[in-house]
Amino acid sequence: MSRTSELPSVEAVADGCLLLSHRLTEWVGDAPTMEEDVALGNIALDLLGQARGLLSHLGDEDQLAYFRDADDFRNPAICAAPNGDFARTMLRQLFADCWLEVVWAAWSQHADDVVRGVAAKAVKENAYHRRHSRSWVVRLGDGTEESRRRLLFALEELWPLTADLALPGWREAVTDVLVEATIPVPAAVEGDDEAIAACDEARRELLAEMQSLARAHPGATW
Amino acid sequence: MLWEVFVRARGGLHHAHVGSIHASDAELAMENARDVFTRRGEAASLWVVPSTAIVASDPADADVLFEPAMDKEFRHPTYYEVPDGVTNL
Repeated sequence: MSRTSELPSVEAVADGCLLLSHRLTEWVGDAPTMEEDVALGNIALDLLGQARGLLSHLGDEDQLAYFRDADDFRNPAICAAPNGDFARTMLRQLFADCWLEVVWAAWSQHADDVVRGVAAKAVKENAYHRRHSRSWVVRLGDGTEESRRRLLFALEELWPLTADLALPGWREAVTDVLVEATIPVPAAVEGDDEAIAACDEARRELLAEMQSLARAHPGATW
Repeated sequence: MLWEVFVRARGGLHHAHVGSIHASDAELAMENARDVFTRRGEAASLWVVPSTAIVASDPADADVLFEPAMDKEFRHPTYYEVPDGVTNL
């Protein structure tokens, strides 16, 4: 199978960025520090911008974001996974950032002008997101007994959700960070149906909240 | 720990103090400074400095340090009259 044929669809990346963005905004006002509150908000807005660039290319972005049923979303499972604690959020972010790094790099040569444009802008944004999530994963893994315990727990929970992220280069990028964080790298993952079904359920709950306002007041503006 | 943040708006200007942030290490201090103080394109360069590295004047010394400068009008260029005929000042 060629590298290109393994890349996700535009819809999968758009949906992944949209749902991950929403998850990060759930931290705003509640992050461990005020500085991290702003950092997570910045990353969420970058992801939202990337999602909008792709969704508006696929159709009516509001229609696709707010009026599409949960089961029609095509995101990687992990993008809808609940935040959990800060260690879990940062590990999820690292996994997603490393996946998007491969995607945006490949799409910088995409045949479609719009996709290529979104990717060209996203490459730099994502490089910063990855720097931030890497630094936190290393800090937590190689930090205190408590931070390490939480990161190991997050890894156990999230690793079974990474099967659809593992593009060529993804595992190597993640491994480098885990080694630096002194965290044992798990074996390659097989898709875990039960864990992925739990993410589907989490996505339904996420969208029920995210879409409620637009569905209650169709066409509303502010 | 606390860090002081300095931003250079563009090449050629000096770094100016813009505020402070909390961070557990230098790497996170740089990330937090970037996220808090450069969201609207304010920066071409950033410095973060541990607040403990700052040596501050004692407010009680203000009279001794600064008041003597208050009546030295001749230190301001506006104190001097420009002679007629000087064109390149």
